[in-house]
Amino acid sequence: MATILAPAGRVYVPRRKRRVGQYVVYALLVAATLFYLMPVYVMVVNGLKDKTYMTLSDMWKLPLYLNGGGFPVAWNVLSPSLWASVRMVVPATIGSALLGAVNGYLLSKWKFRGSDVIFTLILFGMFIPYQAILIPLIRSLDLIGLYGKWQGLTLVHIIYGIPITSLIFRNYFANVPTELVEAARIDGAGLIQTFLQIMLPLSLPAFVVVGIFQFTNIWNDFLFGVTVVFNPADQPVTVALNNLNGTTSVDWTVVMAAAVLSALPTAVVYVLLGRFFIRGLLAGSMKG
Amino acid sequence: MAVTSPALAQEARLATATVRRRRFNLDRFLSPLLLAPSAVVIFIFVYGFIGYTFFVSLTNWKSAKPDMTIHRPVGAIYPDLFSQTRFQIDLRNTVVFTVAFLIMAVLGGLGLAILLDRHIGGSGFFRSVFLFPYALSFITTGVAWRWLFNPETGINLLIDATGINKVLAAYGVEPLKPGWITDPSVVWQLNGPIAAVFPPAGEWSLKLGVPVAMVAVAIAAAWQLSGFAMAMFLAGLGTISHEVREAAALDGASDYRLYKDVIIPLLNPITISVLIILTHVSLKIFDLVFAMSGKGPGFATDVPGIFVYEMIFRAQRFNFGAAAAIVMLIAVSVVIVPYLARQLKDL
Repeated sequence: MATILAPAGRVYVPRRKRRVGQYVVYALLVAATLFYLMPVYVMVVNGLKDKTYMTLSDMWKLPLYLNGGGFPVAWNVLSPSLWASVRMVVPATIGSALLGAVNGYLLSKWKFRGSDVIFTLILFGMFIPYQAILIPLIRSLDLIGLYGKWQGLTLVHIIYGIPITSLIFRNYFANVPTELVEAARIDGAGLIQTFLQIMLPLSLPAFVVVGIFQFTNIWNDFLFGVTVVFNPADQPVTVALNNLNGTTSVDWTVVMAAAVLSALPTAVVYVLLGRFFIRGLLAGSMKG
Repeated sequence: MAVTSPALAQEARLATATVRRRRFNLDRFLSPLLLAPSAVVIFIFVYGFIGYTFFVSLTNWKSAKPDMTIHRPVGAIYPDLFSQTRFQIDLRNTVVFTVAFLIMAVLGGLGLAILLDRHIGGSGFFRSVFLFPYALSFITTGVAWRWLFNPETGINLLIDATGINKVLAAYGVEPLKPGWITDPSVVWQLNGPIAAVFPPAGEWSLKLGVPVAMVAVAIAAAWQLSGFAMAMFLAGLGTISHEVREAAALDGASDYRLYKDVIIPLLNPITISVLIILTHVSLKIFDLVFAMSGKGPGFATDVPGIFVYEMIFRAQRFNFGAAAAIVMLIAVSVVIVPYLARQLKDL
């Protein structure tokens, strides 16, 4: 997986032809870049505008004054939800990563009769439309007293995170030489000892990949957030943003600023650690 | 652990051997035992819950108070569901959305991957830009595109800025001002032609055609997910050895022929994976539409995901919501189960 995005060497093309071709390629890439950044530009620029000076027909213009625009109000409205998201996403990411690490290790290095079938059955869980489990999920959470609570939402994300984290860890451990496990066995290390002393320290890169990928997935979730938690202060930021989006009482500058704020954590993670993000995305969609 | 005397070493070896044998037997039980908690949880929360939802779809539960008595005749909720115009519209919208979204996301992703395959300067930057929307939530994307597709502002301002509407006005033609997600019209309707061969079709309340607003939603979805397709194709392109490319180049193949006849066929397995994954995303689509346009004018952008949500949490018609959710699950399974079965065979 690590080498999969490495350049594959240049193709032989006559030089003059290549130069003309390159201008065309760059022109197309720049046009695509403008298209991909267009919504980002609109959100940031309009979030920064002050409604007293600009109207919606100025959407593509830069703000006249830099006084924070809709951001202060958006921050006031959104900050409880941003905190609610962090409080829920961090333990959910760690929990599902740890379970995935154990499962991935067992499913790759300690296979037993039927373990591949169990793995496939677990994997199916990441593809289902969650609408198909919502009714019993809510009744079960109610039964154990977690319906409506952020702890309940955290638990839900840990459970439904198991398939994807197990998949990524399984693919990672499958590429660790089995000789390592055998050598440890000869030295008298058992299954648990081998995991804790050899595999776990080796799996730091996989933890980074899974951590980033799950952080993004759980942060971006909406369906569980809007159905499992009903106290507005405990609802994740996607739900808060959608509520703002639906009201007419706030300025459009506030909605756009709120959209930027809600996306900032995953955007920052993506910009800083995009390399690992791509690896998680590929590992989550192909066999290792 | 340093063992000095040979006798001690021998003893130690024997001791480890015993421990090893005992551990090894224990470990064989330990592996399924340690996997069991996750496996059991998934079996309950995925398969058990699906069974429960299916059961709810067979009951009379259609108010806040659970009613688990079986609806007679058994399974009659399903024909009821399919005869609802709104659900028929949702199915039509899903088909239109899936086709439009797949064409844009897959061709867009493939095109970008081929452009970046040349390893020109700055390709890392371009790749990051194109994949960036994938890191955002569907809600954020929905909010952004809701403003871009607002007919009074956004994209329509850009269309005005090109001056095309001045030209059109000079010829007395209506200005180009698409309604995007607010457009209730259904174009390319097939009801007439079908009714010509199959007269009962004239009675259908469903307009069998392309809802314009759904195409606008598909544009937003393609903006978000074409980067994923690009990343998959780039990964695939990276595995094609450059001997293959050089051989083709030496044979005098043009770039166009190189991609069309050599590289794209080699990417087939990746293309299939991309199609399967994106199709299953589009069958499940919910948050993006919810934030962008909701049901839309005349259910122009309604999808099964929204239908289920409203049936359960607004109308509290649990049996209908459950039945629609099961239909969604079956549609997703048709795409995903063969994919998983093939992966299992390769394990």
